[in-house]
Amino acid sequence: MSTAIATGARVELRDVRIDYADGPAAEIDLVVEPGEVVILLGPSGCGKSTILRALAGLQPVAAGAARVDGEPHDHPDTKCAMVFQEDALLPWRTARRNVEFALAMRGVPRRQRRGIAAGLLDQVGLTGFADHLPRRLSGGMRQRVQLARTLAAEPRVLLMDEPFGALDAQTRLEMQRLLVSVWRRHRTTILFVTHDVDEALLLGDRVVVLTSRPARAARIVDVARPRQAGAQLGPEFAGQRQEILALLGHSPDLPQS
Amino acid sequence: MTTTQERPTADLLSTPETTGARAATVPPNRSRLRAIRRLLPAVPILAALAAWQLLTHHDVVAWLRFDKLPGPAEVGASIQLQLETPVFYRHVLASLGRILTGFALAGVIGVLVGIAIGRSRTTAALVRPLIEVARPVPAIALVPIAILLFPTGEQGIVFITAFAAFFPITVATIHAMKTLPPVWTDAARTLGANRWQVLVHVVFPGAMPSIFSGLSVSMGVAWICVISAEMISGQFGVGYWTWMSYSLLDYAGVVTGMLTIGLLGFTTSWAIERIGRRVNRWLPGEGM
Ligand SMILES: Nc1ncnc2c1ncn2[C@@H]1O[C@H](COP(=O)(O)OP(=O)(O)OP(=O)(O)O)[C@@H](O)[C@H]1O
Ligand SMILES: [Mg+2]
Repeated sequence: MSTAIATGARVELRDVRIDYADGPAAEIDLVVEPGEVVILLGPSGCGKSTILRALAGLQPVAAGAARVDGEPHDHPDTKCAMVFQEDALLPWRTARRNVEFALAMRGVPRRQRRGIAAGLLDQVGLTGFADHLPRRLSGGMRQRVQLARTLAAEPRVLLMDEPFGALDAQTRLEMQRLLVSVWRRHRTTILFVTHDVDEALLLGDRVVVLTSRPARAARIVDVARPRQAGAQLGPEFAGQRQEILALLGHSPDLPQS
Repeated sequence: MTTTQERPTADLLSTPETTGARAATVPPNRSRLRAIRRLLPAVPILAALAAWQLLTHHDVVAWLRFDKLPGPAEVGASIQLQLETPVFYRHVLASLGRILTGFALAGVIGVLVGIAIGRSRTTAALVRPLIEVARPVPAIALVPIAILLFPTGEQGIVFITAFAAFFPITVATIHAMKTLPPVWTDAARTLGANRWQVLVHVVFPGAMPSIFSGLSVSMGVAWICVISAEMISGQFGVGYWTWMSYSLLDYAGVVTGMLTIGLLGFTTSWAIERIGRRVNRWLPGEGM
């Protein structure tokens, strides 16, 4: 990938409260260090997407402030790009043209876009699908195009809203590996939403376990050995896993959803 | 967009296998059935022609009076005559020019107004009442006003056509603004797009399916208006020509005029449909 190094930014959510018409959706106070990977884990509908949207500048905050590198971040820009939970590709553009859109918005000259886009699509394992329209790609493939497109924006903060939720176990593993390798290269700050405790413990430096709506940090778990292959088998991992499951209200010996 | 040329290649690459696979699985009598089904639409048309021939040939008068109506043969002769008359083409071109001008004006203004209303509450508050008041007025009722208002009849007819075509396009565009998935806009904005870029790269292409359904409705309305306005106040055009034929008791000419109008309407609607399909080939129901 012929992209410049964009290192991660420091993210502060200072006593942020986000309201919808029917009441508060999230109350969160969180500082993420540059290049850190923080996982948001919480029950469905608790306000995880809402927090990411506020940080992206897509959702106004009712109180407090979202800051990126010390500056208030209240309108969307490439500093914080987002992989959306929904299908966010522009359906009239092919996979490659979706990625090129991000490059165009970043001001990459037209001549260079094609090559960079092809490279990014290779990275997410979509070589040969560059000229497919989104409707001819599976849900998981579309999600990978979204990831490629978001990387093309070279954000300093990567917001990922359940990006791998729709993938099969194998592809999911590959994407997790890909994300780690991208992160190793760019040290982008990542806020990552997931339902999957194992994914959280695999990818994150810290796991923020959220309460049900309004989302509050019930506990912040420091991951013992982040992003170590095989760490899942270690005893600390099992302990943390049970701790998180207990916080989420699961009895540890029941199979989790 | 610049890649429109690349998409067909992608589609072409994958058609041979899909069509090949389909051809292999289709038994021969299925394809005969399909041929028969394709001929089916001709049946009612031929039946109507036969009924017309019978009724006019025998001068049937049974409450409805077919004794003065021209038969298919007379109409055929009339069509042939007009096809050899240069001035007839000038009438056709006059109508086409009016409709395309009015339609283009309505298209541009309607889409712009629709986007403005759909995306800005202030504009909606300022413009919408005016539109709601003007909308129920049948465009044809504006003929006297148009004659008073515009220096030439030509401009009046174009105005009436544009007026009528404007509303379906505007309403369709407003609807498109409401149904556009917000996540497309959100995604574009987090990728660094400004308001203008969102409009050009997201809102406009995303609204195209709705806009085109508005355009096809408008095209029908526009023809009604252009023909009626020509009948009332034109000095040229197919509508005028048809009405003149009636005044001159050339009833075969009237039918020729009707058929010409029908053909023109069909052709323009078909063109809109084709262009719409091309522009919106990304829709789930389109193509393969
Ligand atoms: N635009 C909106 N207007 C009003 N309420 C909303 C809006 N979007 C979300 N909500 C509500 O806010 C709460 C949090 O929604 P959010 O999408 O952040 O949940 P989530 O944690 O991402 O859930 P999931 O895991 O299912 O994606 C939900 O109760 C939802 O109904
Ligand atoms: Mg969500």
